Amino acid sequence: MRFSNTLRVALRALRRNTMRSLLTALGMIIGVAAVITMVSIGSGAKAQVEAQVASLGQNLITVMPGSFTSGGMRGGFGSSVTLTPEDAEAIAAEVKDIDGLSPEVRDRNQVLANGLNWSTNVNGVGPDYPYVRNWPMGSGAMFTEQEVKSLAKVCVIGKTVADQMFPNEDPVGQTLRIRNLPFRILGVLSQKGFSIFGSDEDDVVLIPYTSHMRRVSRRTSISMIRIQAAAPEKIADVKTAIEDLLTQRRRGREPDFTVRTQEELATAATQTAKTMTGLLAGIAGVSLIVGGIGIMNIMLVSVTERTREIGIRLAIGAHGRDVLMQFLIEAILLSSLGGMAGVAAGIAGSQALSNYNGWPVLVPTMWIFISVAGSAMVGIISGFYPAWKAAQLDPIDALRYE
Amino acid sequence: MSPVVQIKDLHKIYESGEVPVHAVRGVTLDIHRGEFIALMGASGSGKSTLMNMLGCLDRPTRGTYLLDGINIDELDRNELADLRNQKLGFVFQGFNLLARTTALENVELPMLYGRHRHQSMEQIRERAMHCLEIVGLANRFDHFPNQLSGGQQQRVAIARGLVNEPQVLLADEPTGNLDSKTSVEVMGVFQKLNDQGITIVMVTHELDIARYCKRNLVLRDGVVVRDAPAEDRVIAEHEMKRLKEAEAAAKLTSAAAAN
Repeated sequence: MRFSNTLRVALRALRRNTMRSLLTALGMIIGVAAVITMVSIGSGAKAQVEAQVASLGQNLITVMPGSFTSGGMRGGFGSSVTLTPEDAEAIAAEVKDIDGLSPEVRDRNQVLANGLNWSTNVNGVGPDYPYVRNWPMGSGAMFTEQEVKSLAKVCVIGKTVADQMFPNEDPVGQTLRIRNLPFRILGVLSQKGFSIFGSDEDDVVLIPYTSHMRRVSRRTSISMIRIQAAAPEKIADVKTAIEDLLTQRRRGREPDFTVRTQEELATAATQTAKTMTGLLAGIAGVSLIVGGIGIMNIMLVSVTERTREIGIRLAIGAHGRDVLMQFLIEAILLSSLGGMAGVAAGIAGSQALSNYNGWPVLVPTMWIFISVAGSAMVGIISGFYPAWKAAQLDPIDALRYE
Repeated sequence: MSPVVQIKDLHKIYESGEVPVHAVRGVTLDIHRGEFIALMGASGSGKSTLMNMLGCLDRPTRGTYLLDGINIDELDRNELADLRNQKLGFVFQGFNLLARTTALENVELPMLYGRHRHQSMEQIRERAMHCLEIVGLANRFDHFPNQLSGGQQQRVAIARGLVNEPQVLLADEPTGNLDSKTSVEVMGVFQKLNDQGITIVMVTHELDIARYCKRNLVLRDGVVVRDAPAEDRVIAEHEMKRLKEAEAAAKLTSAAAAN
């Protein structure tokens, strides 16, 4: 039989039992809709985490001090006090393909201004810091290299600090006192929101790291160095160059530093989202299998019910293959039409979830194709046995069947 | 011209039960073009088994069967299907039309398989319509089987049997489910087709139906016990006229309908 005719026969058979076809397809619709919705939620969560990781800065490499060991007692990462501003300067001077670099010294202090006080993070950084962190200024300007060299008493404040200390005024040009030292406010950073780890990024005061080390914290070592590589494909080379340089500077002592790339951080952070997506899709996939069993069930009933029709077709010249194709195409139509409706329902469902719950959802195009192809596959698998059974019927027995 | 059906010492033994059943025990038969044969016999005489073998639905256990010169013993399942499609037409006792499928689509069905399948849908439709005209149902082409009377359904089935221009039209008790008047109507269609040269073999257990045919074969216990031309052959057209007059006389129908 011609394919177009087989298709027509299958469509007519489905229309003849509209209600039954709809209910059977419903199994597929729900299965595919569940897959699409779950995957959308999963990819939405993953995209959100990735965006947060990207908000740390682009092509970021961080150098942290290694662990400090004293008389058998081992401190954790960052406990060593051997990472110095000189290390940062050496990296800036000698490693190629670096777009930006900023040392960082962290501390927590009570700050005073405008008759108010506030406990916040006071971090000593370099002038490249906003660039490396991909964190533009909201108003005013960042301090310069010159101000860093001259240990200037200047600062840039985060949005939260600005809101707390200067509720009704423009902070730029005002003075902020840290450890009783007056720091002139040069600018306010734009709002960044919460970090992946849940802390408020905007609750911060940035001052030159030199001023921080000499005037505020009186430390000799820095907490970390943030480096931005020129391009994603340079990250690995830059990391190796930094490791080589710092090892060389240690002159044969145990390496007391750790170099990490953003990629490693991103991998760890998105791993959870990925696992979640896989789990959700797996559960949804089970309902797809149940839908497939429903189709097989109905097709078996359909073959039994239409035994006489099969007998007539065989008697007047249909080959077994013609009958097989007829029922197989019917099953595939049922499942793939159900699959397409399921994709539509899944997209609608995930949009609704996004609207009502505010969850970030992202419908991945690839999964739309996977779902439709998958449901057609379910149709082939679940339709094959009933169709094969129909094709094997003996015309005489089939004609006699009541 | 060689006979269209040549059967030599045909046997059929069913082995399915505990005791083998020897349903057909050596039938030898030639059927020529243009013949109109009634195959008669009581239940269990082997007439249905013989009919299934004639229709290439079943294979003989022993003996040879040449249909239009082709030995069906040498054909596989699909080749047999093609042979049924191209050389045979079937009319069943229970009509066996596809439900919820229009008369026209039922008639088109055999053309969707076999060698006709490459024709355009228009050609197929035209040919099916022509066959419906032959059986006088062209005006009912879009009716579903459940909207047609028994006689009309059987005429659709006959049109379906004719559509691939078969060598032989096989009918298995075609009037078995019909009342006497409708039976005459259906036999009239068969006689008209036979007059146009179509070979017909039909199974019946009714003697008066057999009288519409040209040659009567009687089977008993799997062997042919009588093979003779039909006696007092009845012409359906005349019989129809007689019936209508009788009905009018009995006031069953109005006088106008009788004319």
